Amino acid sequence: MGLLAYGDTGWGDELFFATLMTIAVAFTAILIGFLLASIFVSFKLSKNKFLNIIGASYTTVFRGVPELLVIYLFFFGGSGAVMYIAKIFGHSGYIEVNAFITGAVSIGVISGAYSTEVFRGAIESIDRGQFEASKVLGFKKNIYYYKVIIPQMLRLALPNINNVWQITLKDTSLISVTGLVEIMRQSYIAAGSTRDPLFFYSFAAVLYLFLTFVSMQIFNKLEKKFKKGY
Amino acid sequence: MDLIIESLPKLLNATKLTIQLTIISLILGIFVGGIFALMRISKNKFLYFLSYYYSYIFRGTPLLVQIFIIYFGLGQVEWIRESFLWIVLKEPYSCAILAFTLNTGAYTSEIFRSAFETINKGILEASKSLGLNSIHTFFKIKLPIAIKQSLPAYGNEMILVLKGTSLASTVTLLDLTGVAKHIISTTFRPIEVFVVAGGIYLLMTFIIHNFIKFLEKRYDYYEKK
Repeated sequence: MGLLAYGDTGWGDELFFATLMTIAVAFTAILIGFLLASIFVSFKLSKNKFLNIIGASYTTVFRGVPELLVIYLFFFGGSGAVMYIAKIFGHSGYIEVNAFITGAVSIGVISGAYSTEVFRGAIESIDRGQFEASKVLGFKKNIYYYKVIIPQMLRLALPNINNVWQITLKDTSLISVTGLVEIMRQSYIAAGSTRDPLFFYSFAAVLYLFLTFVSMQIFNKLEKKFKKGY
Repeated sequence: MDLIIESLPKLLNATKLTIQLTIISLILGIFVGGIFALMRISKNKFLYFLSYYYSYIFRGTPLLVQIFIIYFGLGQVEWIRESFLWIVLKEPYSCAILAFTLNTGAYTSEIFRSAFETINKGILEASKSLGLNSIHTFFKIKLPIAIKQSLPAYGNEMILVLKGTSLASTVTLLDLTGVAKHIISTTFRPIEVFVVAGGIYLLMTFIIHNFIKFLEKRYDYYEKK
């Protein structure tokens, strides 16, 4: 257990902060995903054929292409894209994009593709009568979406949001290839310097199991809470 | 455009390895998943918990951790290196297949389990009253229905395995993603390579999707009235 000591002698503190980093990346990524999903779900449900196609391509591409490939796209393409935009505004020179942002955005884009499908499914399973009733009551579209549809949608989507969260959390392990020090990267470093990969990768597995277990408990509580009255 | 034409043959060549890894892992995974699903529905408490924790651990941790434990971790143990297991564990190729198989086996066992559990009780009672023994009931009635029921979910799992094989590149294998990464890091033109490699992956996903649809259509006699 000396390997896990807190402080300079062991890897306990490093792994603790790496776990916090994993949580931070996963949380940022799923929020980015929700943001993208709320845009693309409106594309998917819109009557405009062109927007439909954009929405469908987004979810097809980012659910069909391996996560690692998407990460490489953002990792190698990210700073190029930022520099290109900066050039338009008259700034030249090398800009390096932070590994946290690259990671959170690439996982967020993938997570958003899953969330889009979840949101779409939830909205479509809301009783048509709810839409009609809101119209009859004379609510404007954006008002009834906020007051009537979205609250119901969230309840229906919650079990699947749980799944998306689990996927997102596990996907963050892939960001380690970009050098961001989260659980996997820290275990890799520790395994390299102590020559004890079995212990550190197994410990990483335990950390992930702990995170998935805790988040499952939280989601179960939330589901119970939202089910009240049904 | 030049880069797309130039990189296409290399990427297509690497696709062979991706397809190989996917198919082998899926076939082995069906067996592993089937065995663990049977353990899960068995009345033996020990087998039940063994299957439960197997699926819990492999579904609750990232595939990357699993592949690293198998490839980097297990080779460290002395007695493994001296045993016959070392034949499998010294090669990145067989390590990758082992990791993918165990991973997909866990998901597949859950898919099969829920398929077995949702079989209509009336059908089983009917088979009992027709005098079929338990082996016949299993092979002639339970299994065909369970396979049919699990098709849509299994289709998704096939796509996840295809995507999962991209992690083979982390243990030095040059699969489609591995080669794509290599080309990106030497040319620094990620977009073109992403389009080609991503396109190949999407094509394979499309084929899997339609294959499953075809099977679903072929085996929907059970629901036909």
